[in-house]
Amino acid sequence: MTMPFAILAQSGGGLWMPPKASTHAGDVDFLFHFILWLSVFFFLLVTALVVVFVWKYHHREGVKHEATADHSTALELTWTLIPTVLVCIIFYFGFRGYLQMGVIPSNAYEIQVEGRMWSWQFTYPNGHVDPELHVPANTPVRLVLSSADVIHSLYIPAFRVKKDAVPGRYNKTWFEATELGTFDLYCAEYCGTNHSTMITKVVVHEPSDFKVWLEKASNWETRMTPVEAGKMLITSRGCTVCHSETGNVLIGPSFKNLFGYERQFTDGSRTVADENYIRESIAEPGKRVVSGFANAMPAFQLKDQDMRAIIAYLKSLSDKAPAEATPGGAESGPSTTQPTMPAK
Amino acid sequence: MSAHAPAILPDLPEHGAEDNYLTHGKGILSWVFTLDHKRIGVMYMFGILFGFLVGGIFAVLLRTELLSPQPTFLRNAQASMDFYNHMFTLHGAVMVFMFIIPAIPAILGNFVLPLMLGAKDVAFPRLNLLSLHLYIIGAVFFLYILLSGALHAGFGIQLPGGFGLDTGWTFYTPYSTSKSASGVVPATMGAFIMGFSSILTGVNFIATIHMLRPRGMTWFKMPLFLWGMYATSIIQVLATPVLGITLLLLAVERAFGVGIFDPKLGGDPILYQHFFWFYSHPAVYIMILPAMAIMSELVPVFSRKHIFGYNFIAYSSIAIALFSFFVWGHHMFVSGQSNKANAVFSLLTFSVSIPSAIKVFNWIGTMYKGDIRLKTPMLYALGFILLFTLGGLTGLFLGALATDVHLTDTYFIVAHFHYVMMGSTLFAFLGGMYYWWPKIFGRMFSVKWGNISAVIIFIGFNLTFFVQFIAGSQGMPRRYATYPEKYHIYHVISTIGAYVMAVGLFMVLFNWLHSIWYGRKAAANPWGGNTLEWRTTSPPPHDNFAVAPAAEDPYELGAWQYDPKIDGWIRPDADALAARGRVD
Repeated sequence: MTMPFAILAQSGGGLWMPPKASTHAGDVDFLFHFILWLSVFFFLLVTALVVVFVWKYHHREGVKHEATADHSTALELTWTLIPTVLVCIIFYFGFRGYLQMGVIPSNAYEIQVEGRMWSWQFTYPNGHVDPELHVPANTPVRLVLSSADVIHSLYIPAFRVKKDAVPGRYNKTWFEATELGTFDLYCAEYCGTNHSTMITKVVVHEPSDFKVWLEKASNWETRMTPVEAGKMLITSRGCTVCHSETGNVLIGPSFKNLFGYERQFTDGSRTVADENYIRESIAEPGKRVVSGFANAMPAFQLKDQDMRAIIAYLKSLSDKAPAEATPGGAESGPSTTQPTMPAK
Repeated sequence: MSAHAPAILPDLPEHGAEDNYLTHGKGILSWVFTLDHKRIGVMYMFGILFGFLVGGIFAVLLRTELLSPQPTFLRNAQASMDFYNHMFTLHGAVMVFMFIIPAIPAILGNFVLPLMLGAKDVAFPRLNLLSLHLYIIGAVFFLYILLSGALHAGFGIQLPGGFGLDTGWTFYTPYSTSKSASGVVPATMGAFIMGFSSILTGVNFIATIHMLRPRGMTWFKMPLFLWGMYATSIIQVLATPVLGITLLLLAVERAFGVGIFDPKLGGDPILYQHFFWFYSHPAVYIMILPAMAIMSELVPVFSRKHIFGYNFIAYSSIAIALFSFFVWGHHMFVSGQSNKANAVFSLLTFSVSIPSAIKVFNWIGTMYKGDIRLKTPMLYALGFILLFTLGGLTGLFLGALATDVHLTDTYFIVAHFHYVMMGSTLFAFLGGMYYWWPKIFGRMFSVKWGNISAVIIFIGFNLTFFVQFIAGSQGMPRRYATYPEKYHIYHVISTIGAYVMAVGLFMVLFNWLHSIWYGRKAAANPWGGNTLEWRTTSPPPHDNFAVAPAAEDPYELGAWQYDPKIDGWIRPDADALAARGRVD
């Protein structure tokens, strides 16, 4: 019990609302606290009236009660009009804050977001795909959201931003981060088994650091062997959410000892898992489904070099792989004379 | 049965062979095929309370799962998350469709509404029986879902139609139509059939209130309970067919692959949300209007005062019913719905808050300079006022666009609707059950234990749900089987609160069961109400009234005097009153 209390003590922000980290947060928090204090006032008023009336007018033997009016149009109009005025004020502030969220600055930096069961993919303007959202500070960032399968919702509490990622349409939202650091990004629309672990990070960099990060993250093929790149890709594309590297069965079959082994499918047919089978399973997962599993996987469109890297890594996880791609080869690391990714 | 209007006479035979609706007709078939609205109400009571027990067990299980971010019941992380997803879905679906929508209209409405009109039954007794049978058939589909889930989890046996239910009670597409392996088709069929039960009850109540009012009971001399039931029935009749159509389309897409909602088949998932909330937002008022209706009976009777502002309360019920049809879009502010639509829906949403505020102030006005009796029904009414106020005020955060974007789909919204659905509707339902319990079973319950359990439930409720407002504002998303460590403390408090509440609710059940076997015999009018159901015996005879009673102002309580000998209220002018009924 002590640990949760300690965490509560160090969480930084107040009791209500997390620390503010975007330009939207000021408006939202102002309105939140305005309604909060209004609510506190009215709740205390109602509570006080109830308590006082029960205290003063509860039944006592032999006490005579004077008759009171059974209606008062003036009084009733008063408690009709006051709430009407107050809710109009709340509507106005809510609408004003929402307009700011709805009107996206034309100079905003655009990042494509795709939600899929159960990972996020952020595609930067140079084509780099990353499982985390990295953004420059003090720069408007426009997110274009879509989904590969069911409805997800991108939610960054520190930025007070939420937007659904809906299959078959593009939703847009934007924010401008004001604080450097790392923040939580949740999926807020229920999307199946692993909904509650569809969580990633938002990393806010200084604008100059952001450029360096993007440069470094984009050019992985010059730094990594195919096996290393494949390992990186299956993590960043969310494959490992459903496919283990250890032989454990999760939502889908494990990657361990997949390559080179015979697979049996739900339609009764069989094949030995080779390069073509792996390619097909990634591009058209529903075409042949391994028996014992449901067809839950969304299709992935991968570049050739990404596909080759993933195949190389899956070979390295199999004891039936060709000799040159055994785990021993992978462990030798980039310092040796291993060939790097072939140029396009 | 004596022809001499026995209802209001002070010296009823203590035990005797007097015929009442419970003893009129023997054998199980005399219940299953009864046309008596009172027996139908009692059978609904058993079915709906069973639903509440099942939904409550799921609630306790899911709160226990959330006691820590680690898996609680199952060691495998995936299986544990699936378990939680099934639990929260079944909790929601069972509580909404089997408990809270039918609870007040089907149990208390069925029992009390004809009595309040001084009538012998509802307008269409056979239709009423059909409603009950449809409810039971729908419930069988839900039980099938539970059975299929249990068989699959326990023995790996797969029943046709899928196992369990893991889509959320909202059945959002395309997850429900294209991805989930659970029993979406049986569940939607169950909800579809129960929808018809709800529609037929609504039709029946509308016809009954129009046709069977006694002479002298004009619209504005009706008890406010009837106004609330009337407003509820309008929504049931107009909105529920849309749910039926929507669920049918969903089942067709899932079973036959016809593209309606799934974009892969050329459909639109947002269309589903529009259809679904076009019913399900008004359905929120199917849940709360009957609760308000009960409140307008409890507060005046236990304050021994005329209701304050009758007309405003009556009009506000109708206003809520009408406005409820124009606010469904506020469930979809972050779905990608157009900004213009969002602005309009936000403004319209606030319009519903005003009639709700009027009612709260009018109930408080009724208590002013009253002679307040803190009996168990009144404690629930007071709890309702506080919890409904909090539930309503927190709705303001969600109606406002800018704050809704942050708070929607978090625990803030979970807390908000539990304050309205559970803190308000459940409290009014329990208050109403205690209020009419002596009339239904002819036995008194222990007011002392009733009051103690009411306080325990109130404390447990606030412990469970108040921290969820804080967790939600800090960003805790709803429907999470596991969660970041920073939200741990809120979940611990919430789960403890749920256990406290469970203890309180079992005390209520025990008090009721104890009353049936050991309770004192109840007087005809144990609380001193002036609505017509108190003018007949407790329990009422098969035909309700020996003589059709004459209607008066239902809130003019002054003529009733408390008689400690029978622990009930009597009228010195009883004979004159009965004679007037006969002449009318």
